Amino acid sequence: MADDEKQLTRRDILRTGAGFAGLAALGGGLGFLYVRRKTEDLVWQIDPDKCIQCGNCETNCVLKPSAVKCVHAFTICGYCDYCFGFFNEKFGGQTTAAEGQLCPVDALHRKHVTGPYYEYAIDEERCTACGRCAKGCNKYGNGSLHLQVRHDRCLNCSQCSIAEACPSEAFVRVPANEPYLMKPRGETA
Amino acid sequence: MKRPPFPALVFVLIMFASPLLGAERFPRPELPPDHVQPVTSRPMPPGPFYGWIDTAVLVVTLALAAHLALRRRSRAAIFAVMLFSLVYFGFYRKGCICPIGAIQRVAESLGTGSAVSVFALLFFGVPLIFALFFGRVFCSSVCPLGAIQDVVLLRPLKVPAWLEHGLRLFAYAYLGLAVLFAVTGAGYVICRYDPFVSFFRLSGGMQMFLLGISFLVTCLFVGRAYCRFLCPLGVLLGLASRVSRWRTTITPDECIKCRLCEDACPFGSIRKPTAEPTGANRTEGKLRLGLLVLALPLVIATGAVLGHAAGDVLARAHPTVLRAREVRAAGAGTPGDEALRTQAFLKTGRTLEQLRADEQNVLAEFGVGTAILGGFLGLVVGGRLVALSVRRTRTDYEADRGRCVACGRCFAHCPREHVRRQKLRGEPILIKDQAGKT
Repeated sequence: MADDEKQLTRRDILRTGAGFAGLAALGGGLGFLYVRRKTEDLVWQIDPDKCIQCGNCETNCVLKPSAVKCVHAFTICGYCDYCFGFFNEKFGGQTTAAEGQLCPVDALHRKHVTGPYYEYAIDEERCTACGRCAKGCNKYGNGSLHLQVRHDRCLNCSQCSIAEACPSEAFVRVPANEPYLMKPRGETA
Repeated sequence: MKRPPFPALVFVLIMFASPLLGAERFPRPELPPDHVQPVTSRPMPPGPFYGWIDTAVLVVTLALAAHLALRRRSRAAIFAVMLFSLVYFGFYRKGCICPIGAIQRVAESLGTGSAVSVFALLFFGVPLIFALFFGRVFCSSVCPLGAIQDVVLLRPLKVPAWLEHGLRLFAYAYLGLAVLFAVTGAGYVICRYDPFVSFFRLSGGMQMFLLGISFLVTCLFVGRAYCRFLCPLGVLLGLASRVSRWRTTITPDECIKCRLCEDACPFGSIRKPTAEPTGANRTEGKLRLGLLVLALPLVIATGAVLGHAAGDVLARAHPTVLRAREVRAAGAGTPGDEALRTQAFLKTGRTLEQLRADEQNVLAEFGVGTAILGGFLGLVVGGRLVALSVRRTRTDYEADRGRCVACGRCFAHCPREHVRRQKLRGEPILIKDQAGKT
């Protein structure tokens, strides 16, 4: 019986020791990580210089519809009449009817400004981030239409599930106080 | 492996890349002076407010779970807290942020030095701290993944001990793999293959949905199959729980060895009293233990070698390796529209040599990482064998320190518990204990 008690005590001491060691290791490790984070919190963003507008943003976000939307950098837009982001080149003719437009959800609208120049604007509520307009604009135009994570929608998952599906590794973590990498680059800084 | 014809490939790639080198092809026109150019809005991320709310809910539910399992001893109340957590952390917060996934964020931060949010640290640390004091109370009533499995448990089957021990090793492998992938930047496997998150979010594609359904069907008969055999956090919480200060017990005071609780646990966590060893199998046991301890370094080394050999295969999950492989495959023919990684590579303007060097770096990292992972798994398997061979004297029925998830199902099976409740209610005591005392 006395033996038994002694053994129990020894085991208890070991156990308590291991418990405190675990607590100290945990506290130390987490404290180290906390102190080391010099920047403030990070959020996800798309680097438009890497993005190839593959369309994964539309389908891989945990949100439906995606937290990614197309945005327009008006300052670098050519205000083209024949916009490669607006018209479907495969359809041929320049018609603003639904079948002549690239956008499948009527989220890209145009407004006449002057002469042959039109201004293009995105209806964010409708945009599904399929990237078709951005692809057309980047392929033949100035690349003013581009995709960005919208932070009023993004849940900021620890690991963005679009980032995992992104073939171009265009998803990067950026500081939460400057959460956009909009075109033209350099304007964000 | 045959080297692709590089010079020809470079030429093809340059041809292909030229339209991607977009510039201002169309100069901005002179717009009328009264034209007002719209401004693209930049909505800011929500502040840390909701993060603190989540943390507060986490701490309160953990404290409640500990109180209910250790002091109140009420399965019904534990169940109620569990349902609340299922609704809040599962369906309302959509299963994110969760402490299981936070393992990867913490590991990535430790390994690569990337800054980690304070909430990832808290969600990782707080359940572990609670486990060091009260056992796995997180599992019982805070984890939404545990909860969704617990509510569907219909008719638990008894898993044979040898199978239980074997299957539980998968959780260690999953933990090791998740840490390796997070540190090397190959993605978060725990989150990608989280079987229940597609229910919480009502999204996620057919494969994930089928995976979730098959897990739930399994959980009808095998209690908490994910928690027991896969959950990486369960491994860490189990280790912490083994040295916990206090813990959930089957009986409120003393075990009368009535055997009534023997089959109470659907998760195979109740330990029976041990039989007195006879002289012969005592010697045999000592011999076995000695051999296993001696074999342990060998098992670890074998694991490390096997792990190292598996490095190149596992590295194929890494985006850089995927990209390099796809670019090489495209080099053999013409890159099509579906060759997205090749298109992306062209846009980076990096050379094939640079890509190859990147790939080699990742492969080297994986070679070391998988060797460590293999050694770790060897240690786990060998250590488990040693632990199984160490004779433990147990005189009472006890909940296994590492396995018990503090769900409280066994309480009602214990006659001493009924005595306690009757005393609490001030009723006359009907059951006598062994000593004949009431």
